Amino acid sequence: MKDKNREAYKEEAYELLAELEESLLALEASPEDEELIGRVFRAMHTIKGSGAMFGFEDIASFTHEVETVFDLVRDGQVRVTKDLVDLSLAARDEIRAMLEGDEPEDVHQRPGIIAGFRGLIPGAAGEAGSGPAPAPPGEEDSWAGAPATYRIRFRPAADIFLSGANPCHLLNELRQLGDFNVVAQTEAIPFLADINPERCYTSWDLFLTTSRGFDAIADVFIFVADDSELDIQMIDDGTADRGDYKKLGEILVARGDLDEDSLTRLLAQRQLIGEALISTGLVSGDKVESALVEQRHVRAAQKKRQENEGAASIRVPSAKLDKLVDLVGELVTVQARLSQTAINFQDSQLTAIAEEVERLTGDLRDNALNMRMLPIGTIFSKFQRLVRDLSGELGRQVGLITAGAETELDKTVLERLNDPLVHLLRNSLDHGIESPEVRVQLGKPARGKISLTASHAGAQVIIRVQDDGRGLDQEAIRAKAVQLGWLAPEVEISDKELFSFIMSPGFSTAREVTSVSGRGVGMDVVKKAIEALQGSIEIDSQKGVGTSITIKLPLTLAIIEGLLVTIEEDYFVVPLSVVTECVELTREDVARAHGHKMARVRDEIVPYVHLRERFAMEGLPPAIEQIVITEMNGSKVGLVVDQVIGEQQTVIKSLGRVYRHVAGISGATLLGDGTVALILDAAQLVQGQAGELLN
Amino acid sequence: MSASSLAETGQYLTFKLDEEVFALDISKVREVLDFTKITKVPQTPDFMLGVINLRGSVMPVVDMRLKFGLSKTETTVNTCIIIVEIDLDGEVAMLGALVDSVQEVMELDPDQIEPPPRIGTRLNTKFIKGMGKQGEGFLIIIDIDKVFSADELIMAQEMGGEQLPLAETG
Repeated sequence: MKDKNREAYKEEAYELLAELEESLLALEASPEDEELIGRVFRAMHTIKGSGAMFGFEDIASFTHEVETVFDLVRDGQVRVTKDLVDLSLAARDEIRAMLEGDEPEDVHQRPGIIAGFRGLIPGAAGEAGSGPAPAPPGEEDSWAGAPATYRIRFRPAADIFLSGANPCHLLNELRQLGDFNVVAQTEAIPFLADINPERCYTSWDLFLTTSRGFDAIADVFIFVADDSELDIQMIDDGTADRGDYKKLGEILVARGDLDEDSLTRLLAQRQLIGEALISTGLVSGDKVESALVEQRHVRAAQKKRQENEGAASIRVPSAKLDKLVDLVGELVTVQARLSQTAINFQDSQLTAIAEEVERLTGDLRDNALNMRMLPIGTIFSKFQRLVRDLSGELGRQVGLITAGAETELDKTVLERLNDPLVHLLRNSLDHGIESPEVRVQLGKPARGKISLTASHAGAQVIIRVQDDGRGLDQEAIRAKAVQLGWLAPEVEISDKELFSFIMSPGFSTAREVTSVSGRGVGMDVVKKAIEALQGSIEIDSQKGVGTSITIKLPLTLAIIEGLLVTIEEDYFVVPLSVVTECVELTREDVARAHGHKMARVRDEIVPYVHLRERFAMEGLPPAIEQIVITEMNGSKVGLVVDQVIGEQQTVIKSLGRVYRHVAGISGATLLGDGTVALILDAAQLVQGQAGELLN
Repeated sequence: MSASSLAETGQYLTFKLDEEVFALDISKVREVLDFTKITKVPQTPDFMLGVINLRGSVMPVVDMRLKFGLSKTETTVNTCIIIVEIDLDGEVAMLGALVDSVQEVMELDPDQIEPPPRIGTRLNTKFIKGMGKQGEGFLIIIDIDKVFSADELIMAQEMGGEQLPLAETG
């Protein structure tokens, strides 16, 4: 049981650490942001508190040191500096290491970090040296407590202006404490002729959601409290869950604006209570308005709290989700069979049921897949840190801008996307962005910019890594390609095709090109990883201006839209995402090409792969074959098959270990009648073709 | 481990390839299926017949005759696919073995089993666990894990790959 709790704590702590990192990095950019300081403090506080509770005493005592300093930061006694952020990030890593339990090697770092933090405490450096015990976990902290909502009725003395106080300043001060709403009560204001401009006629109903506690509010009014009418009440203690806040009538009764008897009488009239109250003159319009604001304010505070607590979400081990998706996949297959059977039987009742099942299965599939979707922002935040640390190391000044963090991707895709993206960012930093001096000479801002953006486009996600560095050197790449014999010197090719050379294995290892072109280390690895995810990658660059790398990925790997084709008796599926069109290939077309595997599609010459030959299949091709034209990395290649059947929802099944490395086949799927169809790996097939063309 | 499991179960599924009788430890056998349509996976060696649909999962099938150096299996009414569980580098994988016919499940006492002969068999002796005595005749107890060890399968694939005009060769 205890272990389970410790696991839960660890998991929570990892999340807090991620949040902490994010906040710290944001804090570096805007050191005065009190909300961020608060977030850092609260994260530390929670890690410390629950750490002590679950037996992570070392973490608790270590975190205590950090928390102490941030407490002072909060009070304005210590300023946020780069040193502090550096130190805090180091502390964060240290806590993480402690959580993972591999502390022995790193243990020597800890005293340094602790000393660093103590050094930041003004006047107290070294004083608190004798290993302060962690505070008990349950320790009450007025700041870190749950935010509560207060109703403050403030009626300043009529002569408040004479004392030099301005009620508006008080209200502004309250606004600093948290979420704040004001309703002015104007009923005491006399007619214009009777107004004495030196007197204050207005009173206020104020609603404040704050975690600072009662005293903080009372402090605001400390100089005017004696003469004014002041009533501060907690109306929501920040723990009540869900449920609606009180009804309007109840609020007014609770405030003493209305007595209960009148309320009961009014309710009997079954009018909208607000209107009823005003029309009967029992309560003034201002007061009703104020009560309504209170209602809204508390509801908003409660809703926000629920969102923060994530009460609407539960943790599920990802293995269970994977299993669910597997089962849904099988269901989709069975459903396809049912639909097929229903069509064969031509029974209207059966058809109706089959259609119903089809609809439900579709919804179920979408939902199940959706559950595995994670926002890409979960890996973006890690990159902020990476860029920050690397740019320090390499002596660059770089800002990473991310956009589209909310773009969702399948969990497995996301996990496998991490390494390629790290690689691309490293490349941009190391070879793309110039050193600040060079940049200034070139008339660029000293601080380089890398942007990492994600967005949806149909069933695909597009991720772009863009920098404003030195870009790729077309000439150098061209020269190298020619030298390697991959390109004839006189051949004209597009920049895109030229750049795709740097993603070929063998090209990238050449150091001298890397130093000129500024890129190319391990790009083939990146390309492979992206293609393994059924994605594609494209490079665009302008020398001296920058480089942009675009990655296109499918939303999910479990189910794809496919194009079902046949060769001889066998069925194959081509992922629809790469298919642009289908055209016919007749014997005459083949004869006209004089043995070249090229087809004329409108005004273009498109090379093709004859799958029947490629797969060494027996039998003769039909008189008219079909070319499925695919487009990847900007170039078109056809795949020749016997027949195109049509579109097909394809549940991807692994071929298992035995067939793991079959070239040109990425998996299998089951058709409605139970037949196995193989899924073609278009990228691999086409790559083979490209190789043949160069020969 | 193999010796103790031999003693423990003592039960074997026997099947025929050509005229020879082979035996498989019953704990390795998942089920026996009638012959069904097999989808060939291109660019793989001949003995790897392809894949079948086993109640929603895709299952590879191997022709045991080709694997053991006999001629290709001619499909008859007796042709069966034995689904076996094999240990591939510590990972359990399932595989279908196509055989001419399945005979019976029989018990063999340890004293009925003799060590594999050094010579006199067409089969690579490392695939043989022992020779079982059955009346006058012998049956060959095969070590299915060794037959389908990762090395064997990968080697086969590389062989299959070499026959192809792959891009890398140019």
